[in-house]
Amino acid sequence: MKVEVKNLKKKFKKIEAVKDISFQINKNQTLGLLGPNGCGKTTSIGMMLGLIEPSGGSILIDNKNINKSEKNYLLEKINFASPYVELPKKLTVRQNLEIYGRLYGLKNLSERIDEIGEELNLITFLDKKTGELSSGQKNRVSLAKSLINKPKLLFLDEPTASLDPDIGDFVRNYIESYKSKNDLTILLASHNMSEVERLCDKVIMMKEGKIVDRGTCKELIDKHGRNNLEDTFLKIARSKNEMA
Amino acid sequence: MKWHKIYGLSLRHFYLIKSSFPRLIDLIYWPTIQIFLWGFISKFFTESSTYYSNTVGIILTAAILYDFLFRTSISYNMMFLEEIWSRNFTNLFIAPLKISEIITALTLTAIIRTLIGLVPAALIAIPLFGVSVFKLGIPLIFLLLSLYVFGVTLGLLVTAGLIRFGPSFENVAWASLFFLAPLGCIYYPIEILPDWLQTISKILPLVHIFEEMRNILINDIINYYSIFKGVIISLFYFSFGVVIFYISYSGARKRGTLINMGE
Repeated sequence: MKVEVKNLKKKFKKIEAVKDISFQINKNQTLGLLGPNGCGKTTSIGMMLGLIEPSGGSILIDNKNINKSEKNYLLEKINFASPYVELPKKLTVRQNLEIYGRLYGLKNLSERIDEIGEELNLITFLDKKTGELSSGQKNRVSLAKSLINKPKLLFLDEPTASLDPDIGDFVRNYIESYKSKNDLTILLASHNMSEVERLCDKVIMMKEGKIVDRGTCKELIDKHGRNNLEDTFLKIARSKNEMA
Repeated sequence: MKWHKIYGLSLRHFYLIKSSFPRLIDLIYWPTIQIFLWGFISKFFTESSTYYSNTVGIILTAAILYDFLFRTSISYNMMFLEEIWSRNFTNLFIAPLKISEIITALTLTAIIRTLIGLVPAALIAIPLFGVSVFKLGIPLIFLLLSLYVFGVTLGLLVTAGLIRFGPSFENVAWASLFFLAPLGCIYYPIEILPDWLQTISKILPLVHIFEEMRNILINDIINYYSIFKGVIISLFYFSFGVVIFYISYSGARKRGTLINMGE
C-alpha cells in the first residue's frame, strides 16, 4: 500500500502537536519515523490509523482517505503493534488471536493461528493466558495479532522496546523475513537506531511537531557528518535551529 | 453490520466469563443477595403489619425487575471498562469495526451476562418466598424489554462519558442508576413524590414499568397502553443514547483520547 500524507496538522486546544507535515511511503517500503518523546510521532500514527481526526491536511492510503467513508475498507488491510497497547490478559493467546481474526473477517482462522503461531514460536503457550506471559512472549503475541489479517500496511510503534537483545533480534529477523515474502509497507517508530538502520529504507526525523530532516539512513549520517544514526539523531534532537 | 464481527466482539466477553469462575460467581452472587435481602425485609413487613399484608410479592418482584435493569446497565459498562482496564482499547478501535457493530455486540452480550446473574436469583425466590416474577404473565416480556432497552441506554450514556472524559468517568458508571432510582418509583407508587418530581419522573420509562407491575399484581388488570408507553419512552432514550455515543466518539477522535486510553 502506498501512503501519502499531505500538509497534516493536529492542534489540541492551543498545542500544535503536528505542524503541517508531508511525506510519502511507497508500496513495500519501510519508513522510520524518528524523533524525541513528544515530537508528534504517536499523534501522527494515530491520525494515519483513523483514531485521531486531523485538524488539517489529508492522509491517502492507496488514494483512499482514511478519515472518510473508506475507513473500514482500509482498516481491513492495516494493522498496528505497540508494547503500550495490550491484549486482554485473562484470555488465552489463541482466544485473543481468534477474536481479532474474526474482527478482521478471516477465513480458515485456525489454520492462520497455527501458521502465525509456528512462525513466531507461540505454539508452546498458545493456550496460556496472555497475562501470564513474559514481556518477550507478549511482544511476539502482539506482533502475531498485528499480522493476523496479513496486512498490507503495518504500523509498528517501538516493536522491540523492553526486549532482551536475543528476542529483539528474533523480532527484527522475523519482520525482515516476513516482509521479504509478503507485500507489506511498514511505518516504524523506534528509538532503537540500529533497528532503524537495519529495517528502514528511509527515515524522517520529527521534532516539535515538524519534519526536520529526511532521507536514507546513510544520507542522513553523511549529511550530518556522524558515524551512525544514533549520533545523527542526537545531533538533530539537540540542535536549536531546525533544519528544513 | 457484519454479524461475524459482532460475534467476535461478543466472544471476547464469553471467553472472559468462561475462563474465570470467580467472575461467574460474582455475576450470580449480587442478584441473589438482593433477592434474599428484599425477600426477608418484605416478609418481615408482611408478618408484622396488616398495612403491608400481601406486599412480599410486589416488593420482591420490583426488586427482581429493578435488578434486571441494574445488571443490564452494569454489564454494558463493565464490558466497556474491561477494554480500558486491559489496555485493549486501541486495538479495538483500529479494527475494521463500525460503531453500530460495537453497540450491537455490547447490547447483545449484556443480556447474556444479565440473565446469567438474574435467572438463578428469580428461580430461588419461588421456593424460598413463594414469589414468582413469571406471575406477571405475557406483560413481563414487554416490561423486561423496556427495562433492557433503558438499561442499555444508561450503559450507552456512561460509555459515551468514558470515551469523552476517560477512565475517570468510571465513578459515574456506578452512580448512574442510583441517581435515577428514587425517580423510578420502584418500590412505592408515584403519588408519594411531590408534584414537581412526579412530572419529572413521568418522562422516565421506569415509572410506567413499575406502576404497571403493581397494577397487574394488586388489581389484576393489564393496561397495555401503559406498558407500551414504557417501551416507547425507552426506545426514545435509546436513540438519544446512540446519538450521544456517536457524538462522544467523534469528540474523542478530535481530542485524541482513543489512542492512549488505559487505566
